[in-house]
Amino acid sequence: MSNQAYTIIFYLFAAITVFSAAFVVFSRNVIYSAFSLLFTFFGAAAIYVFLSADFIAVTQVVVYVGGILVLLLFGVMFTNSIMQTDLKTDVLNMVPGTILLVATLTGILYTFYSTHSWMPSTKQLQGSIVERIGFETMSGFVLPFEMASIVLLVALLGAAFLARFEKQGNKEQ
Amino acid sequence: MEQLTHIGLNHYLTISAFLLGFGLFAVMTRKNAIVILMGVELILNAANINFLAFSKYNGDMAGVMFSLFVIVLAAAEAAIALAIVINIFKLFRSVDVSSIDTLKE
Repeated sequence: MSNQAYTIIFYLFAAITVFSAAFVVFSRNVIYSAFSLLFTFFGAAAIYVFLSADFIAVTQVVVYVGGILVLLLFGVMFTNSIMQTDLKTDVLNMVPGTILLVATLTGILYTFYSTHSWMPSTKQLQGSIVERIGFETMSGFVLPFEMASIVLLVALLGAAFLARFEKQGNKEQ
Repeated sequence: MEQLTHIGLNHYLTISAFLLGFGLFAVMTRKNAIVILMGVELILNAANINFLAFSKYNGDMAGVMFSLFVIVLAAAEAAIALAIVINIFKLFRSVDVSSIDTLKE
């Protein structure tokens, strides 16, 4: 791929990610926010491919789009009645929020662009890294890997416990 | 112009900064608990982009592995948070976080 096409495609996905993220935040309709989040996640997955992390990109699509987004949509549908057409969300702290947004952005971007350029390593990640992820998981990161499995098991049990249907409470009422 | 056309670390960090700012804004200004969760997901994605960008330009695998764990923990966090939100909805008939101000029924 030529360098120019690479740049154009990068900017395309960067624009998709940033603008859909902005729409998630500034849209008042919860359903619009949820569907715009879909584009943000896909754009982030494309950015991961640019960062030569193809396995992370696929994981992003499977876990975020297939799992978390469906869960969020389920939450949106569940916590609003079906006949309610305007799933609006109110805002508060608009001025402090805007100040925080602008201050964060200008602070971070000013620091990036005013200081001297980064010194990248001579050995950057190139190509597919799936095999290296497998080696790292079973060597250097085997303890976090096992801890993550325990955390997922506990989270599964906890979520099922928290969201269960309470028969006892209903009988008392 | 050279800096604009040659994609480097700063470009990825800029995208990440935007996602972080929007996520903070959503957490700060929204009343709906679900939209606050969306803001948290945006912040986690920003952190992931930073991890992967530094990992690529540093040439080691630590950032890639941590971003994988971030995704795993984000899934667990979303499941628990949705369970809590649904419980709050059962109790208060609303997910407006500014109206939920009692510790006990």
